[in-house]
Amino acid sequence: MKRFKMPPWLVLLLPAIIILSAVVLIPLVLSLYSSFTPYKLTRPESLYKWIGTFNYEKALGDTKFWAAFGRTILLLTIALNLEMLCGLGLALMVSKVTRGQRALRTAMMFPMMFSPILVGFQFKFIFNDNVGLVNNALQSLGITDMAIPWLVDGKLAMFAIIFAEMWTSTSVFAILILAGLFAIPQDPLEAAKVDGCTPIQSFRFVTLPFLMPFIYIAMAIRSLDVARAYDIVQIMTNGGPARRTELLWTLIGRTGYVDAKMGYANAMGYISIFLAIFFTIYFFRKLTAARAELGMGV
Amino acid sequence: MMQSVSAQNRKRIAKTAHFVGLFIAMSIICIPGLWIVLNSFRPTVEIMAKPPVWIPNELNLDHYRAMFGGAGEGGVPVLTYFRNSMIISITSTVIALLVGMGGGYAFARYHFKGKSAIFVGLMVTRAVPGVALSLPLFIIFARLGIIDTHFGIILAYVAMNVPFTIWLIDGFMRQIPKELAEAAEIDGCTRWQAFWRVEFPVARSGIASAGIFAFLTSWNEYALASQLSRSTTSKTMPVGLLDFTSEFTLNWGGMCALAVLMILPALVLTFLVQKHLIAGLTFGGVKG
Repeated sequence: MKRFKMPPWLVLLLPAIIILSAVVLIPLVLSLYSSFTPYKLTRPESLYKWIGTFNYEKALGDTKFWAAFGRTILLLTIALNLEMLCGLGLALMVSKVTRGQRALRTAMMFPMMFSPILVGFQFKFIFNDNVGLVNNALQSLGITDMAIPWLVDGKLAMFAIIFAEMWTSTSVFAILILAGLFAIPQDPLEAAKVDGCTPIQSFRFVTLPFLMPFIYIAMAIRSLDVARAYDIVQIMTNGGPARRTELLWTLIGRTGYVDAKMGYANAMGYISIFLAIFFTIYFFRKLTAARAELGMGV
Repeated sequence: MMQSVSAQNRKRIAKTAHFVGLFIAMSIICIPGLWIVLNSFRPTVEIMAKPPVWIPNELNLDHYRAMFGGAGEGGVPVLTYFRNSMIISITSTVIALLVGMGGGYAFARYHFKGKSAIFVGLMVTRAVPGVALSLPLFIIFARLGIIDTHFGIILAYVAMNVPFTIWLIDGFMRQIPKELAEAAEIDGCTRWQAFWRVEFPVARSGIASAGIFAFLTSWNEYALASQLSRSTTSKTMPVGLLDFTSEFTLNWGGMCALAVLMILPALVLTFLVQKHLIAGLTFGGVKG
């Protein structure tokens, strides 16, 4: 009897591969299949009817879908960039502190341990037009008499969501960038000073290139769960008012579970999956490139 | 003379700006959380007061008492949710760690064809949005009859945590010099023994922080849990938070109390490993 002996790395990786195939891959294949059917939860037999790309065509022709799609991209672009900039600013400020820096770093990690759902609820409370902290403060300071409808007005609600999203994720950037700042070798910085660089120049040409890999790590980590915004939005506005804060993910959830149109929801789900994978691969590539540039890729 | 004074002034201004900026940033980070904690101790009347009450007149434990009081008078079965959360998070973390240790070790110590492709492939599975994944999982789990069971949610969470655990453990393993294990093997250890006796103790803190990361992810997860759990038999705390909302009213105080209960374990765990966490993330990414 001839036995096939698996290489040790495969044995070690096998559990991970099996679990991920069972819980992620197979469901995704099923959802790919069901996205080509008119599957409704209430009518199980509809799973066996093949309707081709009808669901995808329907999604692509649906203005609600495109509105949600555009809004998702917009939210991600604004939020990720602002988080990066604020994180950079925060890290620079904290790195200059000489006393009590440990305490500051610890406090900075505070938002990271909040469940996204908790963040959503917390900011729903804070931005509440009646009893919320923001309105109470504004009214007590005499800045405004009105109760500003933060979560009722479409534009303000979007602002509130971006704020909540930033609150949770800025510290991820700040902490990683801070780690980068500590790892910067001092020699090039001193050389730049001797050569007569202004602080801004030495930041731009010495510090920033060195920080780039750290920024991309943070981006890569964030891109792994960009869909976290779903929890926040779900709680804060549930896509409302009148779908003005509807994101791709809330739209999918609503279509799948509330309207029970699983096939259609899966078709849209696939589009969101590709979006997430695109973000992930993009940032992992950037990460490798930035690493190679610094000669750390070996 | 004049110049040095203005230079000094500029320095002073920069210092003040730095301080003010830091103060504002830190306030924004800390106040929302502290406000929730404060409100969990305030009576509902005071939370709802118009004009707002800034300095609390009365702090009490009413919301906590109501919360732990059971499902009776508008209470939420918090203890059951807490237990569910604990069982699910701990079990899935332990399994994810075991699987992740195997995977991380494989990536750190072996060279094989398609290594980076497999690595990115594993990472990509983590990027699938919870909502999108929950749709097909819901269908399959319903067929298998494991909707609303601990087992189903644990299974989903293990899969969710494995890629990240592998990434972190891989990063930590790489920091340990290969020679260490090789020396042990020369001394007569098998590879298995070399791992447990030599490499594992060195990497222990790193593995622990990967574990805490996995625990926090499971502890805080909502999108999957909200669909895969139906009743008190498997509902976790993030899902239970919604029990305080009804069509038109929200029990803010009760929600705050549950929120505090949710944050506490996370807070303790994060403080325990914060140093390793940063090291793990950066080394895993930069030197990987």
